[in-house]
Amino acid sequence: MTKLPALRRSPIALVVLLLLGLTMTGTAYAAFKPAAPVNPMEQAANASEEDIETGRKLFLANCASCHGTNAQGNGTAGPSLVGVGAAAVDFQVSTGRMPLAEPGVQAPRNARAVNFSEEEIYQMAAFVHSLGPGPDVPEPEYLDASQGDPANGGKLFRTNCAMCHNSSGSGGALTRGKYAPDLMNVTPAHIYEAMQTGPQSMPVFNDDNITPEEKRDVIAFIKDIEEGGSSYGGHSLGSLGPAGDALFVWTFGIALIIGAAVWLGRKAS
Amino acid sequence: MTTTRVPQGADHLRRHGRTTAGAPPTKPTLPPGVGWADERVGAAKGMRFLLNKVFPDHWSFLLGEIAMYSMIICLITGTFLTFWFVPSMGHTVYDGQYAPLQGVGMSEAYKSTLDISFEIKGGLLIRQLHHWAALLFIVGIALHMARVFFTGAFRKPREINWVIGTVLSLLAVIEGFAGYSLPDDLLSGTGIRAMAGFMQSAPVIGTYMTFMVFGGEFPGELIIPRLYIAHVLLLPALLVGLFTLHIMLVVVHKHTQYPGPGRTNDNVVGFPLLPVYTAKAGGFFFIVFGMTALISAFVAINPVWVFGPYDPTQVTAGSQPDFYMWFSDGALRLLPGWLEFTVFGTTWSFNIFLGSLLLLPLVWTIAGVYPFVEQWITGDKREHHILDRPRNNPVRTAVGVAAISMYTVLALATVNDILAIKLNLSINDITIAFRTLFFVAPVVSFWITKRLCLALQRADRDKVLHGREAGIIMRSAEGRFEEEHEELDPYTRWPLVQYEPIRPLSLTEGPDVNERGVSRRRQMTHRLRRSMSDFYFADRVEPVTPAELAAAHHHGEQEAIEAIEQHSDPVNAIPGEVPHGRHHDDH
Ligand code: HEC
Ligand code: HEC
Ligand code: HEM
Repeated sequence: MTKLPALRRSPIALVVLLLLGLTMTGTAYAAFKPAAPVNPMEQAANASEEDIETGRKLFLANCASCHGTNAQGNGTAGPSLVGVGAAAVDFQVSTGRMPLAEPGVQAPRNARAVNFSEEEIYQMAAFVHSLGPGPDVPEPEYLDASQGDPANGGKLFRTNCAMCHNSSGSGGALTRGKYAPDLMNVTPAHIYEAMQTGPQSMPVFNDDNITPEEKRDVIAFIKDIEEGGSSYGGHSLGSLGPAGDALFVWTFGIALIIGAAVWLGRKAS
Repeated sequence: MTTTRVPQGADHLRRHGRTTAGAPPTKPTLPPGVGWADERVGAAKGMRFLLNKVFPDHWSFLLGEIAMYSMIICLITGTFLTFWFVPSMGHTVYDGQYAPLQGVGMSEAYKSTLDISFEIKGGLLIRQLHHWAALLFIVGIALHMARVFFTGAFRKPREINWVIGTVLSLLAVIEGFAGYSLPDDLLSGTGIRAMAGFMQSAPVIGTYMTFMVFGGEFPGELIIPRLYIAHVLLLPALLVGLFTLHIMLVVVHKHTQYPGPGRTNDNVVGFPLLPVYTAKAGGFFFIVFGMTALISAFVAINPVWVFGPYDPTQVTAGSQPDFYMWFSDGALRLLPGWLEFTVFGTTWSFNIFLGSLLLLPLVWTIAGVYPFVEQWITGDKREHHILDRPRNNPVRTAVGVAAISMYTVLALATVNDILAIKLNLSINDITIAFRTLFFVAPVVSFWITKRLCLALQRADRDKVLHGREAGIIMRSAEGRFEEEHEELDPYTRWPLVQYEPIRPLSLTEGPDVNERGVSRRRQMTHRLRRSMSDFYFADRVEPVTPAELAAAHHHGEQEAIEAIEQHSDPVNAIPGEVPHGRHHDDH
């Protein structure tokens, strides 16, 4: 009876409570985080006339202010979308980059800002596709990571992507506030489309540079890291290389040793 | 130890210290969680035997030992690694357990590193232990060096040991760099590439030098075997040899001590070397080893399989060396590109040269000569075995902090890209900010540190003269509120008054002009010495003299001031000279 209140006031209870709270918020956050559509989209080339027409209306309502009524571009507000292809529309809209919320150095990924259903995105993609030929959304067979070769994907990744995205896919800085984002939790379709369309500062890797099969290898490599295939040896400290190690050793590392020494010294004297 | 001691202003206090050395023991209390574990497992009690009276002096004396034990851990784990590591750049194809690299071409060095990590039992733990211990080694050295600097432990007779220490720290950094380069992964290869660039930037001889070291064009097949011999044989031999000398000199000089009652320039207060020191050393070694092992078991370091094998056509974002090389890499990131130019068809890469071939030797040279420079300025040729409290040498402390701030700015510039993504900043703005900070930070931190030291010294004076605030508010008959002040006991007072003020040459030597107003003819070097002496010691707070103390204790405020005027040293008195008519009456 008297034990409980005493226990509640002990500093250990505070630590336990804090840990519990943190774990629960983390779990809740993961549960409520809106997930991007996972199923690959149908090819825009097969779209019906109604789809294109609905797509045009959606485009006029949401995109035309910046991209022009015929997606021909509108000065500095937005570039022409003729020929960018359905892949670009799917990538930009279903990662939440478009419609652009506010002008900035770079349109950020924002899964929570996706206000369109998958069907609506498909319709807009079909409309843009109808204006001029461009890369279509990827075919499902190239998105199946389990069929890819992560070792070959790793080689391709280190040659073509690591200089911007880091060899562990944890992202990197570019000039003037631009950045190559971290590639964890990006759907296979978006990885494929990013390579194919080269959003913003990213170069285009067309099928001559990296074949569809090789793109699948790259996807397999990224998914392998995501699933923990490279995490050996303990906590990765954010996969930041020596920067994380340095931060750790100058804070926790040395504090642990000095702390232990001081404590034992006090205890023993 | 025999020294000619000049009586100091507060010498009478030392008599008190001698008669009753040793403060009453205080019972240690343990935090609740720890106490719980201790009562059941007896963790601390078990260690008590080994660790009895481990730290008679001060925790800061352990920093050097952290370095020493980390070095030993590196030696032990490194030996283990040599059993499997293959120092060869010969080509091979990976066929081991780590799937994402199967069938990938790589060097034998990289493959053997993967094998140690994935095939050899306990190999990964040992690799991580080796690397974490290497980082802790250099952290230990850096903190130890800072301790020695800020307490003035480098003063006579320990200047040579300071120089040895400087060389040790340089060797440690080179040893670390060589080790980091061995696994031949993408990051270490990028590091070697940078080293090649450093060497090539040497005017005229650069290209020849690179060809000699690499045995031809970069990367060649020789660099890893060469670095290997340096890392496992040459540098460890030098490190262990110099370190032994370093420790022998510590024994010869005896350890310095912080000022305290009973501690004089002629004695050492502490515990006998044997058997206590042996137990102490052994116990602390196990603590350092244990903690490093704990870290290595739970936190990954240098996961080479993530970086991939080195290939000169590849590079990864976030390429950084280990932190001890940061300041040089950071300097390269801050130096403007126009420092590279072409004259008569030859390229002069000062943007690289300044930040590497010039900066690296410069930093260690400045560190190495500091004790001699300070000695030349003070002209103090006496031995010192009592450490300075950093506040009692404000300019030295401020110079140290300014140097550290400069070094830190350069070091942080190395992670400009990581800072940019983590803080959502533009890398260009960060670079501009760091360029500015490189010049501003030392000035500002110098000023702040110096002011802080002087303020702390004044606070000490205040405490000695007026006692410490007792926390008791008294109301007088007229209704005035006043806080009680409690007089300091002699043990607490001693460290606050024992130091000797150093006065600038312009005071002790007299003015620069003679009686007739004609400026004295002095050598250039002497004039420089005078101005340096002013820079160091013009602003200073003198310790409380016995006369001031007596006056403050026995008389009212007004009388106290008169007493000070009667008894205190004239401002420009030679330090240590005993003024006539000094008396001290005990109460
Ligand atoms: C506030 C203005 C704005 C709105 C609204 C907007 N965009 Fe954009 N969009 C831009 C800008 C600016 C860019 C260029 C970004 C860049 O490349 O840095 C762009 C780029 C794009 C691209 C990439 C073009 C390429 O070359 O790959 C696509 C596709 C796109 N927008 C589609 C859309 C769609 C579909 C909508 C409506 C749902 C939309 N945008 C709404 C401003 C806007
Ligand atoms: C020149 C630097 C650069 C290179 C090289 C590069 N990328 Fe990118 N990548 C970027 C930038 C910048 C963005 C962000 C574009 C945006 O926000 O619209 C990006 C975005 C992406 C995205 C979208 C991530 C998200 O958050 O939705 C993926 C996936 C991606 N890149 C994969 C790759 C792959 C795979 C490669 C190699 C084949 C590669 N990138 C090469 C710069 C680069
Ligand atoms: C290999 C790295 C080093 C190791 C293992 C090491 C270890 C030690 C140890 C154990 C002591 C005695 C206890 C102490 O004061 O901490 C000591 C003393 C000393 N060290 Fe080091 N040290 C290293 C590097 C350095 C460096 C980088 C410097 C400064 C440039 C330095 C300067 C000194 C000096 C001057 C003393 C005597 C100080 C005194 O007695 O108070 N050492 N060292």
